[in-house]
Amino acid sequence: MNSLDVDAIKADFPIFAKKMRNDARLVYLDSGATSQKPQRVLEAERKFYTEHNAAVHRGSHLLAEEASTAYEGAREIVATFIGASVDEVIFTKSATESLNLVAYSFSNTNRSSFALSAGDEILVSEMEHHANLIPWQQLAKRTGATLKWFGTTPDGRLDLSQIDSLISERTKIVAITHQSNVLGTINPVTLIAEKAHAVGAIVVLDSCQSAPHFAIDVNSLRVDFVAFSGHKMLGPTGIGVLWGRAALLAEMEPFLYGGSMIETVTMESATWAPAPRKFEAGVPNMAQAVGLGAAIDYLSAIGMEKIHAHEVALTEYALKGLQSIKGLQIIGPLDIADRGGVISFALDQIHPHDAGQVLDQYGIAVRTGHHCAWPLMRKFGVAGTTRASFYLYNDLADIDALVDGITATQKYFKVS
Amino acid sequence: MELDSLYQEVILDHYKHPLHKGLSVEKTVQVHHVNPSCGDEITLNILLVDDLVKDLTWDGVGCSISQASTSIMSDLVVGKSLDQAFLILDSFSELMASKGSITGDEALLEDGVALAGVSKFPARVKCALLGWMAFKDAALQAKEVKQGS
Repeated sequence: MNSLDVDAIKADFPIFAKKMRNDARLVYLDSGATSQKPQRVLEAERKFYTEHNAAVHRGSHLLAEEASTAYEGAREIVATFIGASVDEVIFTKSATESLNLVAYSFSNTNRSSFALSAGDEILVSEMEHHANLIPWQQLAKRTGATLKWFGTTPDGRLDLSQIDSLISERTKIVAITHQSNVLGTINPVTLIAEKAHAVGAIVVLDSCQSAPHFAIDVNSLRVDFVAFSGHKMLGPTGIGVLWGRAALLAEMEPFLYGGSMIETVTMESATWAPAPRKFEAGVPNMAQAVGLGAAIDYLSAIGMEKIHAHEVALTEYALKGLQSIKGLQIIGPLDIADRGGVISFALDQIHPHDAGQVLDQYGIAVRTGHHCAWPLMRKFGVAGTTRASFYLYNDLADIDALVDGITATQKYFKVS
Repeated sequence: MELDSLYQEVILDHYKHPLHKGLSVEKTVQVHHVNPSCGDEITLNILLVDDLVKDLTWDGVGCSISQASTSIMSDLVVGKSLDQAFLILDSFSELMASKGSITGDEALLEDGVALAGVSKFPARVKCALLGWMAFKDAALQAKEVKQGS
């Protein structure tokens, strides 16, 4: 299967040299929570601090110029990566902040596209991460708008059977995840966006689990806003991205006010700089933006198509391996079509936290719990799941380790 | 294996056969606690007669540590005065905060000392404390209800 040289890739990530409990090697299956970082990203951050550190867009000295060039260079890298114009790329501290930025901008204005009131509707889905649910719940509460949602089918797909009544003239915002962080389901974003645009709604895409794993093009997706985080795609923590259509960004009110985001200021009032500056108040996370640029360069050098193909192969292999385990139930699609490298599962008589604890003894890092998607857990009638998620540095041996680890866990708890 | 200090046989026994699980009809107060990081939930009924924990029942979902710990706790405090129960609670809280430095007062904690190993796994301490904190909350509320009546 390997068109990727995983051994060479692993060698780029210092953390894989670490010995885990009982001297086990690291089997990192938690990239859905955060990815590991290649040396190149760590080096880019370090280099920014040691050679170019200064506050961007201020000062007339050499360092300020170099810092600004590096920071804006990172913006260009992101823009190219997602097929956007550079002025449409806003750096935030996280995808969570990106989504809140859009949600708050809706209640900071009374202008047409972004004004909400009673009778208007916001549409989300049952499979949203809390970060793409709670900002909209709260926006609905602040404005009197109504929150509606797509359900999920028993096999973990978005339930589109009610789409034509869910998307109506009342719909003002559709906020949806590209790929579920629990189920791995990839949603038919373009279809939803087209229906939403037909009624004049704005479409916000949570791309946290897609942008790191396969090529996305913001224009062909037909959405209006895209949010994703740097740390899930080999970049540092503390850096997120919001992409928005230029016309909407021009109309949209800022979310955070302060330095850098202004055009003119008097004691009584202020006017705003054009996007993206309008949305980047304060000294930004510069070294982290530069680190993200390095991460994207790293991903692009390998190629997103190759990475995606690799993850599809891993996921197919894992779906097969996990289904061979008695007493294991996969929560999410069993079919590889429109499905990413995130697999949640429940074990008979073993709580996820206990499973995670035993797996940890073998150096296997998985996520356990509700994955910030509590409503989805309730829907599937589980308190939580164990989740394995894959990335470019995983290989078939990692999946084998997981399957063996689960069998050992069942044995430990005398189940099976 | 390091794991065996966490999952002692007595813990797994309580997990498989939890005591006082299943909510009673009669109660002074009912509380509902959650562990927001993992989604575990517990509902706990306390029946206070004078200063005596006459009955304590619970239901909920959770990992082996939280279920066993709640089972052990409920069996320890039923039939005790509030003062005695709080002494046990304090002793258990101290054990959980000990990072493995103490083994626990077996005279006071009985099966509870089997959870000493949990204190070496910081992420699991909150699992072990879920039921105990629910008990503490319920007991304090029940005391107020009694004083108010």
